[in-house]
Amino acid sequence: MKDKRFFVAAALPLPRKTGFLLLLPAGLFLTIFYLYPLARILSSALDARLLLQQATWNTVGRTLGFTVYQAALSTFLTLAIGLPLSLLFARYEFRGKSLWRAMMTVPFMLPTVVVAAGFNAFLGERGWVNLTLMRLLDLQKAPIPFTGTLIAILVAHVFYNTILVVRILAHTLEHLDPRLEQAARVLGADDWQTFWQVTFPLLRPSLLAATSLVFLFDFTSFGVILLLGGPKFATLEVEIYVQGMHLLHLPLAALLSVVQLLCTAAQAWLYSRLLNRVITPFSPRPAAANIRPARRWREKLFLVGMLSLVVVLFLFPMVSVPVRSVVRMEAARGERGQVHYGLTADYYRELFVNRLSSLFYVPPLEAARNSLLYGLATVFLSLILGFPAATALARGNRWARGPDILFLLPLGTSAVTMGLGFLLAFRRAVTSPWLVPLAHTLIALPLVVRTLQPAIASIPPRLQEAAQVLGASPWRAWRTVEWPILRRAVLAAATFAFTVSLGEFGATLLLARPEYPTLPVAIYRFLSQPGGLNYGQAMAMTTILMAFTTGGILLIERLRSPAGGEF
Amino acid sequence: MRKILIPLLLGLLVVTACGPRLPATLTVMTHDSFAVSEEVIRSFEEENNVKVTFLASGDTGTALNKAILSKDAPLADVFYGVDNTFLSRALDADLFEPYRSPLLKDIPAEFQLDPQFRALPVDYGDVCINYDKAYFAEHNLPVPQSLEDLTRPEYRGLLVVENPATSSPGLAFLLATIAHFGDPGYLDFWRALRENGVVVVNDWETAYYTNFSGSSGRGPQPMVVSYGSSPPAEVIFAEQPLEDAPTASLVGPGMCFRQIEFVGILKGTKNRDIARKFVDFMLSVRFQEDMPLQMFVFPVNPNAKLPEAFVRYAQIPEKPATLDPALIAANREKWIQAWMETVLR
Repeated sequence: MKDKRFFVAAALPLPRKTGFLLLLPAGLFLTIFYLYPLARILSSALDARLLLQQATWNTVGRTLGFTVYQAALSTFLTLAIGLPLSLLFARYEFRGKSLWRAMMTVPFMLPTVVVAAGFNAFLGERGWVNLTLMRLLDLQKAPIPFTGTLIAILVAHVFYNTILVVRILAHTLEHLDPRLEQAARVLGADDWQTFWQVTFPLLRPSLLAATSLVFLFDFTSFGVILLLGGPKFATLEVEIYVQGMHLLHLPLAALLSVVQLLCTAAQAWLYSRLLNRVITPFSPRPAAANIRPARRWREKLFLVGMLSLVVVLFLFPMVSVPVRSVVRMEAARGERGQVHYGLTADYYRELFVNRLSSLFYVPPLEAARNSLLYGLATVFLSLILGFPAATALARGNRWARGPDILFLLPLGTSAVTMGLGFLLAFRRAVTSPWLVPLAHTLIALPLVVRTLQPAIASIPPRLQEAAQVLGASPWRAWRTVEWPILRRAVLAAATFAFTVSLGEFGATLLLARPEYPTLPVAIYRFLSQPGGLNYGQAMAMTTILMAFTTGGILLIERLRSPAGGEF
Repeated sequence: MRKILIPLLLGLLVVTACGPRLPATLTVMTHDSFAVSEEVIRSFEEENNVKVTFLASGDTGTALNKAILSKDAPLADVFYGVDNTFLSRALDADLFEPYRSPLLKDIPAEFQLDPQFRALPVDYGDVCINYDKAYFAEHNLPVPQSLEDLTRPEYRGLLVVENPATSSPGLAFLLATIAHFGDPGYLDFWRALRENGVVVVNDWETAYYTNFSGSSGRGPQPMVVSYGSSPPAEVIFAEQPLEDAPTASLVGPGMCFRQIEFVGILKGTKNRDIARKFVDFMLSVRFQEDMPLQMFVFPVNPNAKLPEAFVRYAQIPEKPATLDPALIAANREKWIQAWMETVLR
């Protein structure tokens, strides 16, 4: 790669002291809210005697093997679908683009129970695909096995995580200098050669960041494995939950947490080593320079093909939820046979009624408001802490590698273990609603840092130097040169933080106070009791959550395209 | 400066401490399924000039873990929701202080599993197989009368159960089979069940709403491991008023496992008097009559009247399976591991 560096100089390394100051707030935050609770729980639960038992190593070996295997497969598939999709979003203009992008972001915050129900309605044994095939081919049994297979796990992971690839890659792709590709074409390269020899090398830092994040999310997968994979599969995260919470075998749970943590650290270390090798700064261009409508038939085919894939992969599994929330399925019980369908608004109406006058009744508007407030606080906190940290990491030299690994660790830490750690570390304070956005920030921060870091690293220092030569103060240089380039990455990071919070990642960290319920809490409450009305209300509440997130994301998308030169 | 400041601050502290007395707060740690009517709690609060706060701490196992981990400086005064499958763990961890509530005299001895009165029974429920009435009527199929019946070919692929390693009703059903067939006889039964196409999922929600055909999910299995109180819930939460419950429970001898939930006063509480009053309150008719519709469990206090829907649609098994909590605690891990080897691998 070194030979390509003559294009532009590498990002200007920050002086150590400045870097330290920039890392300080996030570092303090992680020390108090991550390292301390983690140390508390591990030191109290770990038991060295466990290391001598053969059974321990059997469990560790088997679980770790499967965890890595499914994560590698899932990551590969997610990249294979995410890469062309990011090209689509970065290069072509088409109608409803923000809506498409918002739609792909919604899965990221949907509770797994609902996603599992959605996939079952679509691909399950009695899903409409299988039912249609059975009718068409006159089969007795469902032809496509889905629930409880490895395929289900992989598909669900692609469904959840593709947006990570798309958002991170599209940002870089949009800002590549189109002249590089044009030059390659003039020199006789075809599309394929241009992509692999010009575009791809420039894309590698972002690709690496996306791969690392997707892998981590797959590696620590919990709900998908539990609900769609079924009892035959267990990742480390699932095994930690089973050992710790159902068998009450905390030492083994703690040991498995350590294994998971070490793997995460190794992965983060690999990432930061590779990143330094592949960074190629380039002169970013406004996004408009790269975007155009699809003209040639091949391009149109690509556009239509990709969007159809999005519909099948992202819309179909989700669509059953809003549909089910307005459809009554009165099965004429007692004399089953014909199912009577009917449209109804009952489920939505019922949400506003505290029929059993329960103390824990969740008014939908209040739940929405709580979710929104927690979400905004998480966005604010994670950006305030994450932006300086990402700058320091992107501009840092070797010294930044240690903290770099630390920033990724919370994503690789078992939520169950952390929850117990919080309890030991914060005692009574663990019930405070103020801790909720802090816990959400713990998960959002790595995403924010990873989204911003490659964007910051790719800004060539000569832009800033030029501004300073022209007499701009460092602040002004930052504001007028770097900020417009980073704006998009910041908004992508904000979207992630918002969705992470709305999806209640890490909700298990805390002890819930029923006075401050959120939308996912309300959904789980309905689903935990039998009865058609409960199920319908869960679907209605989920629809509200979906609408809410889509709205929030569209609003953020608005912010990213102001009038005037946009980067 | 400092010389003035410290007495000043101390003075302020004394003043605030002697100010108008705020109502005390009683904190109750419990699992996520806990529910209660607002007015029932309000009446307790008014009568005792206390504010009651609830801490929802995850599922049963998670909540218990949290209570055990924080026992040196307890987060709450009262812990509710440990069941008989976890009881020994809670007692071994020495979580509770004994309290012999005067109301215990009304409560049948079969529920009082702790002779030292550290854990007091509050409610019970039976984990039973629910079946889809319409399916059995339509196919002219008699319903299974015993656990053994489930391995017969006519019920092939018709039952969905939960994984005992991840689900509390799943574990309860496994315990029912152990109580009935003994150890290691239960493994033969499960082997036969496996050959007869039993479907295993990880959680109750998926089993009930996705796999079970009797719920609104319209899934492929007409039998599911759920609760004896699920049929009345189907009526109460029906989309449209129902004449009859669409599901019923199989309550043959030994087919259901009885779960009993307990409350205890956490050692180290600073509100012992109020905590005792709250435990009495939970055992009183007022609270006991509120529970069925809130949590779909049965009251242990025989003086509490059951709601109409429960009387009509809930079946209470005559001979539910039970196992000694100490035996469960000692073998839980071994049984579950053996089950996983037999059914999943």
